[in-house]
Amino acid sequence: MAKIIAERLNFYYGDFRALADISMHIEEYQITALIGPSGCGKSTFLRCLDRMNDTIPGTRVEGKVWLDGQDIYAPGTDVVDLRRRVGMVFQRPNPFPQTVFDNVAFGPRVLGLHKKENLADIVEASLRGAALWDEVKDNLKQDALSLSLGQQQRLCIARAIAVRPEVILMDEPCSALDPIDTLEIEELMRRLKVDYTIVIVTHNMQQAARVSDWTGFFWLGRLVEFAATQDMFTKPTHELTESYITGRAG
Amino acid sequence: MNRYLVQRAGFALLALAALVVVVPILLVIGTIVVRGMRAINWEFLTAMPRDGMKAGGILPAIVGTLLLSVGTALVAIPVGVGGAIYLSEYARDTWLTRAIRLAIINLAGIPSVVYGLFGLGLFVLFLHFGTSIVAGSLTLAIMTLPIIISTAEEALRSVPVEFRTVSASLGGTRWQGIRNIVLPQALPGIITGVILGLLRAAGETAPILFTVAAFYLPRLPRSPLDQTMALPYHLYVISTQVPGMPAQVQYGTALVLLALVLSMNVVATVIRSTFRRRRQW
Repeated sequence: MAKIIAERLNFYYGDFRALADISMHIEEYQITALIGPSGCGKSTFLRCLDRMNDTIPGTRVEGKVWLDGQDIYAPGTDVVDLRRRVGMVFQRPNPFPQTVFDNVAFGPRVLGLHKKENLADIVEASLRGAALWDEVKDNLKQDALSLSLGQQQRLCIARAIAVRPEVILMDEPCSALDPIDTLEIEELMRRLKVDYTIVIVTHNMQQAARVSDWTGFFWLGRLVEFAATQDMFTKPTHELTESYITGRAG
Repeated sequence: MNRYLVQRAGFALLALAALVVVVPILLVIGTIVVRGMRAINWEFLTAMPRDGMKAGGILPAIVGTLLLSVGTALVAIPVGVGGAIYLSEYARDTWLTRAIRLAIINLAGIPSVVYGLFGLGLFVLFLHFGTSIVAGSLTLAIMTLPIIISTAEEALRSVPVEFRTVSASLGGTRWQGIRNIVLPQALPGIITGVILGLLRAAGETAPILFTVAAFYLPRLPRSPLDQTMALPYHLYVISTQVPGMPAQVQYGTALVLLALVLSMNVVATVIRSTFRRRRQW
């Protein structure tokens, strides 16, 4: 079942059309990878899914994005709540300069979840969900910035799932990490897709092939091809896709 | 002349320039400390002035300056920090915000005596606060605002945009992001700016001249609408207006004012440097 449907989505930075007529179905409890060269619009598209582009002055959106059948660009949409439902993990691990506990507790606190439930339980569940609990359980008060980069990124994932989103957007989550940390995050993504719908932007085609169920290939603001990952990497229908995934273009 | 000699001569000139800055400061502080120390004793710090201010202590002036600083802080901190939050976090770049920024820059350049006259017109006369601590504090607060707003705005801007984005991505409102992550991170910078602003207010003479300062009032103020003596103005008075004033009293008063202001400066520096060591994003 499609969790998110983008319908003829266009995005403009001033006069520059960064996304041209993107239509795509994002399946629930699956991992969808967006690949393509730098500047192809894949990150812009990702940020359209939780309206993170809204804050950039001089930008404009046309078209529709449906989340569970609701157009998130319809007037009157509660953008703050939308972003609770659609979480984000960023390119560079960016924990707050606070303790591990406070990082994970940030979202539950701003949403008032701690008034109804035990905050420590939420934090523990989130850290377990992000496969970080065993490494930090003895010292939740340590500074988040004292963790390794890979741990920091898993902390950011824990922070994101602490508000119980339905969708997690990941914008090149491994590009600052070494290969071992990268494999850990990929393993984690496979476990997370049981509970969450995941969309990942990646530069790394092997990563897309390893981890995703669906792949979209962007080129110059257009979605050239969208298919099941298996098919995309074995028998791409477009010549451009084939050139890109075999390393002849891009 | 070969280029190594040129370099050496150049460095010597630069060192001299640096020295020219340091020497007068050391001389000023040294003179005041050496000549003022003799006046400093328990009575000088805790008694009322006597004998046409030639003897006794300077307690009302010390208390007056402290009260004015507190009054200034009460007004300038909420307004200044609030304005900075608005400009840094909420205001869009429109002609209005550009005009506000321009006004702030210009306010910082206005001579302090103009603030004094402004305070006289607005607070003392028009609003009928009279010559009072309220009128003086408000005048000093207005003078301090540009310093607080510009340093606080800079401190807020130095917090990475990313933290606001992350807060929003977790379902926080814009204010929750500011309240929970941006403000705590900017706080040391804001405190530094506040202290520097108050420091300037504490040492100013002209703004309090027409709005609060009493020439000779050997008692402590009884209400916020009372006049009071204040250190900078008292120093001016005993240095220029009272014949036969013992130099020791003058230097003693200068030393107390200097110590007050410099100690606040040290606090600001300590806050700033511990902050720098801690910050690692």
